[in-house]
Amino acid sequence: MDMITIPAVNFTPILPEIFLSVLAMVLLLINVFIPGDRKAYLGYLSFVGIVAAGVLVAAGWGGHIESFSGSVVLDNFATFFKMIFLVSAGLAVLISDQYMEREGCNHGELYPLILFTVVGMMLMASGTDLMTIFLGLEVMSVALYVLAGFNRKNPKSNEAGLKYFLLGCFSTGFLLYGMALTYGATGTTRIAKIAAVVGQMSLPSANIMLVAGMLLMLTGFAFKIAAAPFHMWTPDVYEGAPTPMTAFMSAGPKAAGFAAALRIFLVALPTLQVEWSQVLWVLAVLTMTVGNITALRQDNIKRMLAYSSIAHAGYALVGFTAGNGTGTAGILFYMLSYAFMNIGAFAIIILVGKKGESNGNVQDFAGFGVKHPVLAVAMSIFLFSLAGMPPTAGFIGKFYLFSGAIQQGYIWLAIIGVLNSAASVYYYLRVMVFMYMKDPTEEFDWMQVTAPMALCVAISVIGSLIPGIIPSLILQFAQQAIKLI
Amino acid sequence: MTDLPLLSVLIFLPLAGCLLLLPVWNCRVSARPIALGVALIELALAAWLYASWRGLSTIPAQLPGYLLQEDAAWIPAFGIRYTLGLDGISLLMVMLTAFTFCVALTVSWNSITEKTGLFLTLMLVMESGIMGVFLALDLALFYLFWEVMLIPMFFLIGVWGHGRRIYSTIKFFLFTMFGSLLMLLAIVALHLTHAQQTGVATFGLHELLGTQIAPETQLWLFGAFFLAFAIKFPLFPLHTWLPDAHTDAPTAGSVILAGLLLKTGSYGLIRFGYPLFPQAAQTLTPLLYALAVIGIIYASLVAFAQEDMKRLIAYSSIGHMGFVAIGIAAWQPVALSGSIIQMANHGVTTGALFCLVGMLDERAHTRDIRAFGGLWGKIPRYSFFFLFFSLASLGLPGLNNFVGEFLVLVGTMKKAPLVAALAFVGIVLTLVYTVRLVQEVLFQEERQPLPLADLSLREFSLLVVLALLDLWMGVHPAPLLDMIHLPVQLLTGTP
Repeated sequence: MDMITIPAVNFTPILPEIFLSVLAMVLLLINVFIPGDRKAYLGYLSFVGIVAAGVLVAAGWGGHIESFSGSVVLDNFATFFKMIFLVSAGLAVLISDQYMEREGCNHGELYPLILFTVVGMMLMASGTDLMTIFLGLEVMSVALYVLAGFNRKNPKSNEAGLKYFLLGCFSTGFLLYGMALTYGATGTTRIAKIAAVVGQMSLPSANIMLVAGMLLMLTGFAFKIAAAPFHMWTPDVYEGAPTPMTAFMSAGPKAAGFAAALRIFLVALPTLQVEWSQVLWVLAVLTMTVGNITALRQDNIKRMLAYSSIAHAGYALVGFTAGNGTGTAGILFYMLSYAFMNIGAFAIIILVGKKGESNGNVQDFAGFGVKHPVLAVAMSIFLFSLAGMPPTAGFIGKFYLFSGAIQQGYIWLAIIGVLNSAASVYYYLRVMVFMYMKDPTEEFDWMQVTAPMALCVAISVIGSLIPGIIPSLILQFAQQAIKLI
Repeated sequence: MTDLPLLSVLIFLPLAGCLLLLPVWNCRVSARPIALGVALIELALAAWLYASWRGLSTIPAQLPGYLLQEDAAWIPAFGIRYTLGLDGISLLMVMLTAFTFCVALTVSWNSITEKTGLFLTLMLVMESGIMGVFLALDLALFYLFWEVMLIPMFFLIGVWGHGRRIYSTIKFFLFTMFGSLLMLLAIVALHLTHAQQTGVATFGLHELLGTQIAPETQLWLFGAFFLAFAIKFPLFPLHTWLPDAHTDAPTAGSVILAGLLLKTGSYGLIRFGYPLFPQAAQTLTPLLYALAVIGIIYASLVAFAQEDMKRLIAYSSIGHMGFVAIGIAAWQPVALSGSIIQMANHGVTTGALFCLVGMLDERAHTRDIRAFGGLWGKIPRYSFFFLFFSLASLGLPGLNNFVGEFLVLVGTMKKAPLVAALAFVGIVLTLVYTVRLVQEVLFQEERQPLPLADLSLREFSLLVVLALLDLWMGVHPAPLLDMIHLPVQLLTGTP
């Protein structure tokens, strides 16, 4: 009888994942013994854990280790994205406690769930096998469905959870079907092998099964990154989910979607680039335009940022469409900057908001600049960065993405992107108009700036400004990260 | 020569001055002198540069025509460098900037009573941005400063303005942003074209000057630059933001808008637009002529119909900037010198007029021409300056605007006589609306009994300085013309 031989496994590539999973389970245990009013400790612990995981991830920079028979890899690309996930998770953890306390849903499970999400995202970024990527995506998604509906007494949050779950399952179906067809066409799920098989095909674009697989995978990812016209779930889910989770979802998981999609399309299917970039072109234009035009009409800032996050995915898609070094590195840079500026803005929204998610309209910010000058300046920095004004990170990111598009000859795409960017300035400015140019109607005396919130805002300000002034700090890493793919 | 990086000091000194303001954020009395002090140091620096430019020009520079240069790596990944350069044209603009900020801070000494700390900070940030625009020689750096100077103005109009201030400031911001973003794309495209041809990734102006671009592409790229600059200029029909922004801005904002922000448009066209895309510029010259002439005549006619003094002066700005545009379009040494001198002239004269209207507004709380009359008898000192600057504005020989307009017309006459003739009609129209303004406000019978006090010492000294400057630039413009002589020759290629 044959023995089942287990191949020698190198655990180094998934060390951060293991660490975070163990931590999450330990936290679940500890949670039982922590009384309801001290759940903040779990937050502190998970923040420390995230920082430690960050050290682990950073230690892997520069290496290239394949493991689990080539289904997981440790490379700079994965490392860069893992840092983005950790940044967004770390910032989300910092802003969670105060919000959850206020909304009366401070359950300790929140933090382990966030950590599990990160584990899933990390697997998506480092997976080199369609199956690993799919597993990562599921780990991430299942935890996210719960997080979206975490405020279980709030019907809107319930709706968000359910909606996200149903549509998420639906989109996963597309993705899986696409993967199955790709497997059918190439006989393998390993990304490198798919590339080899497709490379030997005389005319890959005539292989209907392969093209259908590619398109279905594209649809699945388009759902995950909320690209129009597959974005319909986003506004409701983002509005209903607890605000810290909205902040997290629009930064981390979106980046994870890009990580996996970039690896699959650029490494496995570069021979079909002409085909998929055509589809992406259309997606990018639709996503930017739909996101911005709808955001223009929102009074609720949370909803406004939700729509604007659709538009931001559209800008990143511009870089994806270009598919060249500049565009791809641009996505990496942009996703990292976006995590800072977006979560920072959400932190301010949480601070200004009152129980029951009220006080979140743009009118409620009237006079904020007078009453809280420091926080208002921080908010202005986030908004200017989101709008892409120099000298912020958002500007360099857009500059990078659009340069990639021009370099590849997508002039019109860049022009549409820039016009979109100009239109988006309006709704970001509108918040500043209320903060600085309207008289205060309230004293903002309910606001409590706790230490974690202040830390989150401070980190976000640094993260939105410094890469804009000295971009080389981040750029060199982004450029090294894309060398391998 | 000192080793101090003077150009960086010029740019970053105001920004550093903001830090000084932080401790006295809520103390209006001590914040104002600090801000003005910083602005005065800037002015002293600019004046020192002016006094020693001849000495500097003897130092062999890397680039012909430049007096001072600085260069450092900034974003190597893109080939973006921190390149600054000062030639005669920049120096004139730097002097104008430093001076205008002193004027703006002085004139708003008492009128800004709320959030003074923020106001002064924004002013200093804006000074940094504008200095940067006039000194940057790297297109990406230029773009950075170009956008940075927008943000403070947005708040200046929106927070301290009057009337429909929010509408106006958003309109102003979106107009300029729209144009500049397209310019950014053109900058990137130019950069990539150059990189393809030579393999060198650079945004440096002087490296990019030699780029060979297909005529059609050149037209597109120039079009994008032109659009951005024309919005700032502003040229007809992109001018609609200007009357609103001017009318609703606080006095300091109007002074800076008219004195400096409009100049960045014309400066950009001279420094970047024409030299980078000579053929396309040649092709589009008739368009620039046409827009400028339409602008002059149209703005003058509209100015005649205005009842709000500020709006009237805003429209007159469009007319005056039309002359600048004509001089650039002619692209000929005399006309171009005229344009550049006219930029400075217009900054001083129109700045002074905005100050005057602001002073009247502070006293009477209205700017409606129909409310005034007989000021000549009531507040003679004020009226004298009002008359003086109005005469300067309409181009009275001996005062500064005449020099600029004259040179522009002389230069243009050789190249495009019809344009010069039409522009001359514009001068006559300027005369008509300015005389109407002066007549109604100063000499007509008093229409409303308004309690008006004559000039305070602060206002008086400010206006004296402005008037002397007007007179000096009008009577003896030779030193300034001397200063811009070499750069203009290099630009127009007529050694």
